[in-house]
Amino acid sequence: MSLINTSVDTAIAIAERRSNRVGASVYSGRSRVVLERGYYALKSSTWMVVASGFVEPVIYLLAFGYGIGQFITGSTDGNGNPITYAQYIAPALLATSAMNGAIYDSTWNVFFKMHFGKIYNGMLSTSMGTLDVALGEISWALLRGLAYAIGFMAVVASMGLVPSLWGLLAIPAAVLIAFGFASVGMGVTSYLKNHQQMQWIQLVMLPMFLFSGTFYPLSIYPQFVQWFIQALPLWQAIELIRGLTLGILNLTMLGHVAYFVAMIIGGLFFTTRRLTALFLR
Amino acid sequence: MPKNAHKDSKERHRAVAAKKTKPEAMIIAKGLTKTYGDFKAVDSIDFTVHRGESFGLLGPNGAGKSTTMKMIAATSQRSGGELTILGKDPNSNGPEIRAHLGVVPQQDNLDRELKVWENLMVYGRYFGLPRKWLKVKIEELLEFAQLTEKRNSKTEELSGGMKRRLTIARGLVNEPEILMLDEPTTGLDPQARHILWDRLFRLKEQGVTLVITTHYMDEAEQLCDRLMVMDKGKIMAEGSPAELIKKYSSKEVLEVRFGSANNAQVAKELKGIGTRLEVLPDRILVYAENGEKCLEQIVKKGLHPVTSLVRRSSLEDVFLRLTGRTLVE
Amino acid sequence: MSIDIANEPKMTWTGAKTIVDPQRSIRRGSLYVAETRIKKMLKWWKSIVAFGLGNPTLYLLSIGIGIGSLVDSSLGPNAIDGVNYLTFLAPALLATAGIQGAMDEVTWPTLEGFVWDRTFFSMNATAITGKQIVNGVMMAAMARCVLQVFLYEMCLLAFGAISWQSVPILLLVCSAAGLGFAAIMLAFSASIKDDDDGMFALVGRFIITPMFMFSGTFYPITSMPIYLQWIGWISPQWHATNLGRAMSYGMPIEPWLLILHWALMLAMAIVGFSWAHRVFDRRLSK
Repeated sequence: MSLINTSVDTAIAIAERRSNRVGASVYSGRSRVVLERGYYALKSSTWMVVASGFVEPVIYLLAFGYGIGQFITGSTDGNGNPITYAQYIAPALLATSAMNGAIYDSTWNVFFKMHFGKIYNGMLSTSMGTLDVALGEISWALLRGLAYAIGFMAVVASMGLVPSLWGLLAIPAAVLIAFGFASVGMGVTSYLKNHQQMQWIQLVMLPMFLFSGTFYPLSIYPQFVQWFIQALPLWQAIELIRGLTLGILNLTMLGHVAYFVAMIIGGLFFTTRRLTALFLR
Repeated sequence: MPKNAHKDSKERHRAVAAKKTKPEAMIIAKGLTKTYGDFKAVDSIDFTVHRGESFGLLGPNGAGKSTTMKMIAATSQRSGGELTILGKDPNSNGPEIRAHLGVVPQQDNLDRELKVWENLMVYGRYFGLPRKWLKVKIEELLEFAQLTEKRNSKTEELSGGMKRRLTIARGLVNEPEILMLDEPTTGLDPQARHILWDRLFRLKEQGVTLVITTHYMDEAEQLCDRLMVMDKGKIMAEGSPAELIKKYSSKEVLEVRFGSANNAQVAKELKGIGTRLEVLPDRILVYAENGEKCLEQIVKKGLHPVTSLVRRSSLEDVFLRLTGRTLVE
Repeated sequence: MSIDIANEPKMTWTGAKTIVDPQRSIRRGSLYVAETRIKKMLKWWKSIVAFGLGNPTLYLLSIGIGIGSLVDSSLGPNAIDGVNYLTFLAPALLATAGIQGAMDEVTWPTLEGFVWDRTFFSMNATAITGKQIVNGVMMAAMARCVLQVFLYEMCLLAFGAISWQSVPILLLVCSAAGLGFAAIMLAFSASIKDDDDGMFALVGRFIITPMFMFSGTFYPITSMPIYLQWIGWISPQWHATNLGRAMSYGMPIEPWLLILHWALMLAMAIVGFSWAHRVFDRRLSK
């Protein structure tokens, strides 16, 4: 049987079908193939490493919520109702783990694929576009984030730390948050050249984690510091999830959602442009 | 392979074959230029590659070969000039052009997280090809690349030659019309090189257009119908290997060594022997129609080289003549 | 590059017999390794110093002062050990700095030495032995550890969380914890197979993080359920933290426990070194 030309039109026909659409040079509608790749790669990776991703926030919850929690009284849900300290920090830890997971996937993993694995060189020498790659990678990060969020929520809910049924919405909210962070994270990573620069990402993440109302209300800060923190994505994320798990809904939550939608759109645009500049210029 | 699925395309193929009386231009470059800042990596070059041809880009590292390849592969945008691939402009029709191409980069960029079979499957999926079709195709490709037994191996476990064959198989998964190979045998041992050449030769016989860069002369002579010698981003010469040798070199070359300290001194005394002399740090090359005769002349002068060798002229000599440099430095 | 015969470089050649003193390399092999590693580290000194000062500052502000204010306002100002929360927390964070600083120089760099760059193999191709590589890497790790602890101490002083007098002894305590843990981690890292770098993620999740969280770092170990307290008993973090608290603000401590803390950290170092020596020798001669 001939090795070539038996169906030579297939790959080409597939590519040409979209050629007149808007954005055809960056998007071929095949970002799901990146997920297929992720699935194959996952099959031969150490599953424990992947599966245990939600363990860290649980440990934090135990140590802070129950450990230090014994020494802390007088936490309230924002409407003045008393709650336990564990109930106060559990949603913050979910938001943080959504952020951390998304950032880890979109920075370290992407960094490795970009510089050592040369995975994107391979993908982009086919008829895939840069938006396919960006969307695909980010979706993969989100699937993982979704799994972790479900795992964490299962643990937290069984401990009685999610008093409201609205808390179920915290899972999609965590995915939205992860989407925002992953979109921006992947774009930022494309600028970084070595491991040491990668560490600087940590220098942004750690203070965000420590100061965004994770462990205590913002009210202990002076007003201008509060404004600054409120502009940061993690504070937005924590407020959104805390409102849901504690069942305190209000219109400002739509603002938080809008914040992340903006982050996603901006991040995707930025990442696609960067990938195009890096691999197709 | 499911027969009826491809009937239509087979007929088309026949139509294409019938039309193939005059060479069809696959790649046309006019004044093609690529600059990085002030540096001109490719400096206004013109060339055409025809269907079914095996076209070589020859030159030392940094000559602009890889940059040219990237522009053809629609993964690098040109800075100036015109480039048409299968009638399309790579700057605006990137994904469509890439659907026609198979790319084998200089450094294997196989997916290390995937096994051999998975590498081929995923790559085929990147083109949007159906899984069912790919499953059949992959068996053919594994056989072609002599990797059937390695289908479940991690790519790390493959030897250099196997990795390169897998990369080539991967580049063939979309049944490309043009296969682009950047330094296909660099870093491979002689045996692995010969296996690879054999595989590439078969592709050529099947009518795949090959575009190959190399800095190995023997490789260019083996594989290429037509060559473009590049240096510093420019084309130095173009033609078939035989034509180039005929035009820029003599029939034979005599290589003599007098010890690295003496070569320069001795070279002065050798003037007039052969048609041309080339003095290298470790040896002197005498270009002539008859190498043995030149050696006799040298010995008659009372000079006794440490070693001597008469060989046929090669592209290496062409390159030396054109640029005053050796290829592999 | 056209060929210029007149200016061909000339190489001098005396010969290894004359220029290499094998006895000297054998004596100083470890130092050469340490030198290489420290030079590598110095390339990133800005990051090391920035993180060395930045990390403690952030933790002190957030946990020490932020959470501290919650604790102090909930239970009164001197609820734990008769001191404020910041003072209680400081020795524990310091121990973390020592352990982390030393560990950073033995985990990924070891994988680099054996797998990515294979520098350990090229070192071993000279007169340097596997044991000397272990010792050299540990020297460099300890240099990093001491620096990191010292920077942390400067921050703690600025926050008024420790006293001037306790600086040297705390440095010693935290370095001992770093030494013990790093020696074991070095041996462990060297035992990791070529393609198993997911291992560090697991170690981070199941060993480092629990050790950090459940070793009496943020609250007295006795306030944890007894079935979790064993984590502290086997972790250098707790031994250094407890010693540090005794040294820093005079937390009452039994003399036998004092000796036990030191002894256990030292024992870890001894076990770690002998394990690492064995693993290195075996892997290099494979």
